[in-house]
Amino acid sequence: MNIIVLHPHDNVAVALRALRVGEVASAEGGETVPTVADIPASHKIARVDIAAGSDIVKYGEVVAVSTVSIRRGDWVHTHNVEGKRWNR
Amino acid sequence: MEPLTAITGYARADGSYGIRNHVLVLATVSCVTGVIQRIAREVPDAVCVPHSYGCGRGGARDLEILFRVLPGLVRHPNVGAVVLVGLGCEVSSTRSLLSRIGDAGKPVEVFNVQDDGGSLETAHKAIEATRRLAAELRNQPRVPISWSALMVGMECGGSDAMSGITANTAIGSVSDWLVGQGGTVIFGENTETIGTARILARRAKNEQVAHQILDAVDRAERLTHNIMGDLASLVIAPGNMDGGMSTIAEKALGSICKSGTTPINQVVDYAEAPTERGLIFQDGPGYDGDSMTGLAVSGAHLMFFSTGRGTPAGFPAVPVIKVASNSRLFHAMRDDMDINAGTMVEGTPRDVVRDEMISRMAAVVNGELTKAERNGMEVFSILTVGPAF
Repeated sequence: MNIIVLHPHDNVAVALRALRVGEVASAEGGETVPTVADIPASHKIARVDIAAGSDIVKYGEVVAVSTVSIRRGDWVHTHNVEGKRWNR
Repeated sequence: MEPLTAITGYARADGSYGIRNHVLVLATVSCVTGVIQRIAREVPDAVCVPHSYGCGRGGARDLEILFRVLPGLVRHPNVGAVVLVGLGCEVSSTRSLLSRIGDAGKPVEVFNVQDDGGSLETAHKAIEATRRLAAELRNQPRVPISWSALMVGMECGGSDAMSGITANTAIGSVSDWLVGQGGTVIFGENTETIGTARILARRAKNEQVAHQILDAVDRAERLTHNIMGDLASLVIAPGNMDGGMSTIAEKALGSICKSGTTPINQVVDYAEAPTERGLIFQDGPGYDGDSMTGLAVSGAHLMFFSTGRGTPAGFPAVPVIKVASNSRLFHAMRDDMDINAGTMVEGTPRDVVRDEMISRMAAVVNGELTKAERNGMEVFSILTVGPAF
């Protein structure tokens, strides 16, 4: 186990240690995700392909929106997501 | 195995109980800092609080906060006696503070540099008083108390993405336990709730509390937006971003899980004492120094403080239990960290970490020093909203 999924609805997981590109991320319960980028420890990894403009869901809640399409296994951070608009 | 949770404290005249019996040496204004520092050198066991407030700010809100915080520290149940050191001409003079404190139910001795012979002579008089009061307090026995007599503050600072996965979720389970024992849990940091208003409002005890939560988070959002503009959605510290948090909403969700899952029974203003028990939300700032002051003055007897990057900060007269979110930090700052919640990543169940935290909390209530207490890492700062004049 080297990633953790906080809520079943989440489309991202959290790396419990740094993962190298090509390494297979594995969660409790048997889910595996081949990484397509280096994932720093405690950063987010996409569990599924995420289209541009989609909600990023963690803790079962929307935490951000993707600015570009994000591949399954990719690193998810400020280079490909942004905060939701205010007051919506 | 159930943790051992029999606890004791010091009975106060107002019916409350303290878990420490400190002499508080409190400055009324920044001008007497050197006097307070001299007292601290001579009486190391006293809790000496110099600060940079007390004059030069005329805004109504800043004065309201100042006159809530300084008297609130004097009245705090962990304080058995007070030495108040003023200058004489400041806004929060000893005279104006005493009129707001009323009957503190404990000895309060007052000195003013402009009346007591200047800085050195005032320090000598205050040192004598501090030693005398400390000797008197040593004779007061502890008595058995109930968890329902206690208020515990939940704080986080220098967070990383692990804070919201390990430390804060474990703190949240302690919150639920405390509320189940009839105790009071208070959490604040309104800027760390931005993006989660509706989630929190769903947990409100009733409609009125729900509206207060929405209003508080909305004010925090607007304030942040007014000051930071388009950067507002990323108003998190660089260390937070290095830790993997991309947005303030993501950080917020990891923060508010400290409050556990029970209903929010009341929303209180900064440093305002709640009238309800159970879970309380304080409409106070995210900055941990200012936030700890708000929680303590509201009546928190002790605090849990989670950190992922590693802040050693404690608070005067209020024990702060530091919870490391990861094992690397716990070992790198073992002098400062009390609890290692990072073991959850290595497979330790959350309930085991929770029980360790409850046992440690009970020991701290009963007098065991936290790392921050032992190290003298007290931080004291007050929320200000207006300019200095």
